[in-house]
Amino acid sequence: MPVLRWIRRNLVVLAGLLTLTYMILPNAVVMVFSFNKPNGRFNYAWQRFSLDAWKDPCGVADLCGSLSLSLRIAVWATAGATVLGTMIAFALVRYRFRARGAINSLIFLPMAMPEVVMAASLLTLFLNMGARLGFWTVLIAHIMFCLSFVVTAVKARVMSMDPRLEEAARDLYAGPVQTFVRVTLPIAAPGIAAGALLAFALSFDDFIITNFNAGSTVTFPMFVWGSAQRGTPVQINVIGTAMFVIAVAVVLAGQLIANRRKSNAGKQ
Amino acid sequence: MSVTEAPPARTTEPKIRKPSARKRLVPYWLLLPGILWLLVFFALPMVYQASTSVQTGSLEKGFQVTWHFQTYWDALTDYYPQFIRSLLYAGTATLLCLLLGYPLAYLIAFKAGRWRNLVLVLVIAPFFTSFLIRTLAWKTILADGGAVVDVLGTLHVLDVTSWLGWTENNRVLATPMAVVCGLTYNFLPFMILPLYTSLDRIDGRLHEAAGDLYATPATTFRTVTFPLSMPGVVSGTLLTFIPASGDYVNAELLGSTDTKMVGSVIQSQFLRVLDYPTAAALSFILMAVVLLVVTVYIRRSGTEDLV
Repeated sequence: MPVLRWIRRNLVVLAGLLTLTYMILPNAVVMVFSFNKPNGRFNYAWQRFSLDAWKDPCGVADLCGSLSLSLRIAVWATAGATVLGTMIAFALVRYRFRARGAINSLIFLPMAMPEVVMAASLLTLFLNMGARLGFWTVLIAHIMFCLSFVVTAVKARVMSMDPRLEEAARDLYAGPVQTFVRVTLPIAAPGIAAGALLAFALSFDDFIITNFNAGSTVTFPMFVWGSAQRGTPVQINVIGTAMFVIAVAVVLAGQLIANRRKSNAGKQ
Repeated sequence: MSVTEAPPARTTEPKIRKPSARKRLVPYWLLLPGILWLLVFFALPMVYQASTSVQTGSLEKGFQVTWHFQTYWDALTDYYPQFIRSLLYAGTATLLCLLLGYPLAYLIAFKAGRWRNLVLVLVIAPFFTSFLIRTLAWKTILADGGAVVDVLGTLHVLDVTSWLGWTENNRVLATPMAVVCGLTYNFLPFMILPLYTSLDRIDGRLHEAAGDLYATPATTFRTVTFPLSMPGVVSGTLLTFIPASGDYVNAELLGSTDTKMVGSVIQSQFLRVLDYPTAAALSFILMAVVLLVVTVYIRRSGTEDLV
């Protein structure tokens, strides 16, 4: 049986593609249902084609407000976590000092903890301090849990850097600031960018920690959560689709730039 | 990610110089803000939670520390079904992630060729779309009378799963199977990426050598590829199991009251019932169980240097 033999030889590829289909399927469904015109409040069954939701993505009360709030929180959380995390990563890779082990565990623990545990404990702190839950408590929480991920991403890059490049810069009479800005930072940039991108995605998408610490403030994931009970507007599918398309475009553009740089470097 | 980043092969040890007193303080200044943040907003809250868990009282009269350890015992006896369910669902989802994720990671590392970057993008891109929206999409996919349920019903798969207690009378939504399906789906990227990084590090010549020594592809996989990918397997299973065990989103959106996980209980005790001591005790038990499972697992798999 040649067909069976072909299947056996390509079993890994077939299984892998099946998994890929499983992973893409919900995105496809979200995309298709963004063109739906549902009959009732729930957008779960296909009725008929319509562009209404795409023409008016902000047509649902509070939807775009929650979206812009999530974006603002994600931008500030990314900035905070990237700066603090990059500093920690440099200290851990470039210097030998006491308490390195303890600090490494302190960085590792937030990633090894179920989110709900961190969320609940942070809430007890805020309740005890009498803090008002809202934008600031969410921002504080997001910087906290993004920090570890930034540290690991930047650390991986800084570890593989050749310190001789910086020595060369110093030998050529570059000052410490000049060395850092013109040599160290550009080499570490891909790691820092990866960490920042990860922080942005984690913060923008976080639900569990936000749910505990937001009070009555509604971020985009919280809006989606609430709408699951009340009935999901089609606009949510529109925004989900747009996010997917933008993410694919950004990642592909980044790879194109990286490829062009590589081939340019090859020519020289 | 995270635990995967074992030092790359070409690590160059930084030069150790005799630093001046001022220079010796540089690492501490670099660490100070970030570590302070983690101490105040990660470590200190744990202390507050510990104190909350041994308090008694009510929201109106206020809570006092009374070293009432009974709360832990009550929480365990009241909610042990949810605990067992959480570990069971998270464990099953992790196993499924490994079974589903390994072929795809293998495909990206060894077979994708010039399609590699595209497949990687397709693995990561869903991660950037809101996971709540994607989880809600599973409601459509698994809906009663939908294509998936029809096919499974015609193939008599649902008869078997109903008999096993995974589904209920010809429906998938609001059953354990739907919750595990959602968990598996949501945490797959966390399995695939570490697997891919560790498979990618394997020298292709080892496969050739195994083939030269008359190993069949299956033997090569069993004796060469899989053992070398163990760091990826370990960090992938941890990155899947830990968040899955505390998750309540999938259980709430795709399950029913019979599939509630411990995360749901903690959430409702904290935000709706406002019984803070019980919620804190539950959250501590969950943390202890997860840390215990993780420690035993890391010891058994012999990759302690990962952490």
